[in-house]
Amino acid sequence: MKISEVISKLQLTAYTRMPGGEELINNVYVSDLLSDVMANAHEKGIWITLQTHINVVAVAAMKNIPAVIIVNGRKPDDDTLKKATDEGVAILGTDMHAFEAAGILYNMLNG
Amino acid sequence: MKKEGFFNIVGGDFSRSGEASTQLKQILHSMGINNDTIRRASISTFEAEMNVIIYTPAGMLKYEIDDDIIKIIVQDMGPGIEDIDLAMKEGYSTAPDWVREMGWGAGMGLPNMKKNSDEFKIDSVPGEGTTVEMIIYPKKGRE
Repeated sequence: MKISEVISKLQLTAYTRMPGGEELINNVYVSDLLSDVMANAHEKGIWITLQTHINVVAVAAMKNIPAVIIVNGRKPDDDTLKKATDEGVAILGTDMHAFEAAGILYNMLNG
Repeated sequence: MKKEGFFNIVGGDFSRSGEASTQLKQILHSMGINNDTIRRASISTFEAEMNVIIYTPAGMLKYEIDDDIIKIIVQDMGPGIEDIDLAMKEGYSTAPDWVREMGWGAGMGLPNMKKNSDEFKIDSVPGEGTTVEMIIYPKKGRE
């Protein structure tokens, strides 16, 4: 699936521009622990989290994660968006809970 | 082909988390090191860098890279670790609540560093500081 398809299916808010919207995604990881993401998330997948601070971008960039979905209607910090723009990481948002967002993405990948 | 150098790390400055490890990652890329080796080195150095930022006033990340060995030494100015065996246990952490709320301090840092290194050494003197030495032997080929 493409990130652009994920955005339209989940009706996500795009907080940053999407340079990699056509990139193909084969994996999704859900976690709010940054060391867990570093250790276990797949490279080039989508990361679902409720964390909103600037270190989310550093971890995503380190793991070559092109897009982060922030759930529960939380808003990313301003410095998070600035760094995300610099690093080319897309920050997306939804009012859904992690379970709902992950469920839809699971079906998109495996349906 | 050999490269060595260092990065300073300022304790408490979360806005710069991952800066040293990102720069090291770029150096490894530029040297044509294979992706799996870069992945392991990146995780190890990022975790080491975070420990300096979370727990110490300042530290330094030194690297020596050659075709067949990557050596990373991260040295900080304290406070040191009282019980290293306990600190190495997955899930054990002394991080304050606000650090845990950020998603750090889950007791995975040191275990992640050890797991992703081929050789891992840690020396600490309470009240003085901690030195971590990690060695990674690059695999051959790009992937």
